[in-house]
Amino acid sequence: MNEALLKELVSRVVSEVMGDGPEPASSPACASGGEVPDLSAIDFQRVLGIPEPANPDEYLRIKGRTGARLGVWRAGPRYRTETLMRFRADHAAAMDAVFTDVPQELLDRMGLFTVSTRCQSKDEYLTRPDLGRQFTDETVAELKSKCKLNPDVQIFVSDGLSSTAVAANLADLLPAIMQGLSLNHVNVGTPFFVKYGRVGSEDAVSEILGSKVTVVLLGERPGLVSSESLSAYMVYGGYPGIPEANRTVVSNIHQGGTNPVEAGAHIAELITLMLQQKASGLDLK
Amino acid sequence: MKLKTTLNGKTFQFKDIKDVLAKANEPKSADRFQGIAAETATERVAAKIVLSELTVADLTENPTIPYEDDEVTRVNIDGLNLRAYNEKKNMTIGQLREWILDHKTTSEDLDRSTRAFTGEVAAGVAKLMSAMDLVYGASKIRRVTRCRTTLGLPGTLSFRCQTNSSTDDPESILLGIMEGVSYGSGDACLGINPVEDSVEGTRRIADALYKFMDGFQVPTQITVLSHITTQMESLRRGAPLSMLFQSIAGTQAANENFGVNRALLTEAYDLAQHEAYSAGPNYLYFETGQGSEVSIGADCGVDEMTLEARTYGFGRYFRPFMVNNVSGFIGPETLYDGKEMIRANLEDHFMGKLIGLPMGMAPCYTNHTSITQDDQEMATILLNAAGANYYMGVPVGDDVMLSYQDTSFHDDAALRELSHRLPAPEFHQWMMKMGLMDEKGILTPKAGDGSIFLR
Repeated sequence: MNEALLKELVSRVVSEVMGDGPEPASSPACASGGEVPDLSAIDFQRVLGIPEPANPDEYLRIKGRTGARLGVWRAGPRYRTETLMRFRADHAAAMDAVFTDVPQELLDRMGLFTVSTRCQSKDEYLTRPDLGRQFTDETVAELKSKCKLNPDVQIFVSDGLSSTAVAANLADLLPAIMQGLSLNHVNVGTPFFVKYGRVGSEDAVSEILGSKVTVVLLGERPGLVSSESLSAYMVYGGYPGIPEANRTVVSNIHQGGTNPVEAGAHIAELITLMLQQKASGLDLK
Repeated sequence: MKLKTTLNGKTFQFKDIKDVLAKANEPKSADRFQGIAAETATERVAAKIVLSELTVADLTENPTIPYEDDEVTRVNIDGLNLRAYNEKKNMTIGQLREWILDHKTTSEDLDRSTRAFTGEVAAGVAKLMSAMDLVYGASKIRRVTRCRTTLGLPGTLSFRCQTNSSTDDPESILLGIMEGVSYGSGDACLGINPVEDSVEGTRRIADALYKFMDGFQVPTQITVLSHITTQMESLRRGAPLSMLFQSIAGTQAANENFGVNRALLTEAYDLAQHEAYSAGPNYLYFETGQGSEVSIGADCGVDEMTLEARTYGFGRYFRPFMVNNVSGFIGPETLYDGKEMIRANLEDHFMGKLIGLPMGMAPCYTNHTSITQDDQEMATILLNAAGANYYMGVPVGDDVMLSYQDTSFHDDAALRELSHRLPAPEFHQWMMKMGLMDEKGILTPKAGDGSIFLR
C-alpha cells in the first residue's frame, strides 16, 4: 500500500470516529473488495481440479460429456471447500425448485386448462401420494365436459416434483409429440394441466376419459444437476391399481439428457407401438 | 397371546400382532399416512411393552399377512431352519433383545441363528431397541459372501462404484469408474443403473465395464441394474455380468408390481450359476428400502419397517452376494425428515444382518424433503460404527441419473480411515500395486486422479 493511500485511509478512519465522515455503508474501505464471484455461474464441466493430472486433455474431453462431479480433487479424504460450497448451492437451487409453480403464461401459451388433484398444498402433496392420484367428483365432471372422450391417446402435463422441469421442456416436447402422432394419424385427446399430480393420476385419467393409451409428462424430483428433468409415463389400458411394470417410461428429458424434441419423436413412436400391440411396460416388445 | 396392557393410567387393547408391530414403531410418516401409527407417546410405549412379552413363536406363527395369501410370507417361513427356530421359539422378544446384546452371545452364535427368525421377529426385536442397541447388536454380526471376490470379511469395508450417466454414455460412466477406483471405491462392484431398460443397453454398459476391469485386472464384480429379466436375456446373449440385480419388497403384491417372484429369482440364480462371469456361490444383488410397498399401495396394512424385515426374509432364500438398503430414496411420505431416515437406516441394517444378509447401506436423500447433507452423513457414520458391509461411491454424492444424494468416493476413503478398515483383500492388493493406497488403507498422493487410467 502506498503512503498517500495509507494517509487517506487513516484520515478517513479518524474522521469517521470523530463522527463527521461518510455513512459506514458507503465506506470504500468496506466496499473496495467488490463482490465474491458467482460460484453457480462457473461451468465445472470445463474445470479440472486435480493438481497434476496424468492425462488432463482426455479427462477434460470426457468430463465435458457428463454433469457428474468428477476431477474435483480432495482435502485429505474430504472435499475441497469450493466443491462443498458448489454442492450446497446446487442443493439449495433444487430444493427451491420443488416449491415453485408452473408459470400460468406457459400454460396459456400451450393452450392447457388446469385442474388439481385432491391435494390442496405442497406439503399435503408431498406426504399424501394417494391424494395426488385422485380427483374430486367436480374435477371428474370438468374433465369429461372439457375433453374429447375415448381418444386413442390422452396426453396431459403435471408439475409433479419440479415445476421448473415443465417450464423448461414443455414448449419443445409437447409439439414434438403431437407432430409425431399426427404423422401416424393417431386420434389424440384434449391436453390439459394437472396441479399436484403423481404418476398414478394417469390411471384415474384413463378411467375418466376412456383413453386407450394415457401419457403424463411430469416433472421429476430435482437432482443437483438436473432440476429440469421431465419424464413421460405411458400406459395402455390404465386403471387405478395397475402394476408399475405395465408402464413404459421415457425419463431424463432435459437439455443435458435426452433433449425434448428428440424425446417427443421417440414418445410418439412408442405410443404408436403401444396402440399396435395393445400393451405397455414389460409386455411391450 | 396377551395384547392388552395398562400404562400411565390408560388401558390399551391392541387388535392383533400387526397392530402391535405398527404401534410399537418410532414415528414414521408412512405409518401416519396409512393411519396405523400410535396416537400418543404412551400408546407407542404400551405397544413396545406388549411386544416385549410376545414370543418368537407368536410372531412366527401369526405372520402379518397369512401364509396361504402371500408368497413373501411363505418364503420367510419356508426359509427357516427348524432346529435353530425351535431353540429360540419360546423366547420372548424382550429376552431375544437381551440375548443378542449379551456378551456371552458370540458372532458365531448369531451366525448359527440366521435362519431362526422371520421378518416379523427381526422387526419385533428391532422395535424394542434404541439407536445404540441397533448399532451395537449389528456390530456383532458378520456376513461374508463371495461372487468373483469376497465381501464382508472382518476388518474390511467395501464400496459399490456407482457412476451413472444421464445418457448411458459408456465413456463418462468409465471416467467416473476410473476416478472412483482411484479413491478405493469399487471393491463391492462396479454397478451402473441404466436409463434405458434394454438388453442391448445392458450389454453395452457391461462390455464397457468389463473392458476396464479386464484391462487393468481389477478384482471386483460387474453389474448393470436394469430389470432382472433384461439382465437375464443379456446374460444369455453373453454379456459379462458377474451377478444379477433386482429390487424386492415385503409383500407379494409389491413384488408383482416390480415384476418379480420366487420362481423368477430361482431361475435367475440358476442361470447365473451357469452363465455369470463369476465363480459364486452368491450371484444375486438385491435392493430394498422402507416404504416401497406403501408408495405403490401394496402394503396390506402392515407397517413399512415390518415389511422391510419381511423383504429380508424373502431375499435370504436366494443367498444374495449383496443387499443394499436405500431407505430415504422415496421421499417425505415414507420418511419425513432426517431423524426418521437415520432411525430407519439403523433398523434396516440391524434387521438385515440378524436375518443373515450381507447388508450394505445407502443412507440417502432426495431434494423434496427437509433431510440435509448433515443428516445423511450422521446416518453414514453411525452405520459405519454398526459395521455395514459396504456403501455406494457416487461422485461427490450426486447421482446425475437417479437425482438423489448418496455416499461419495470421499466418504468411502474417510469411512475406512475412521474405522481402520481396509478394502476387500484382493482389491487392497491391487490398490497397492497401482500405487493408490498404502498397506494401512490410506490413500497415496496419487489417489484421486482417474486420468492415470486414460490411455
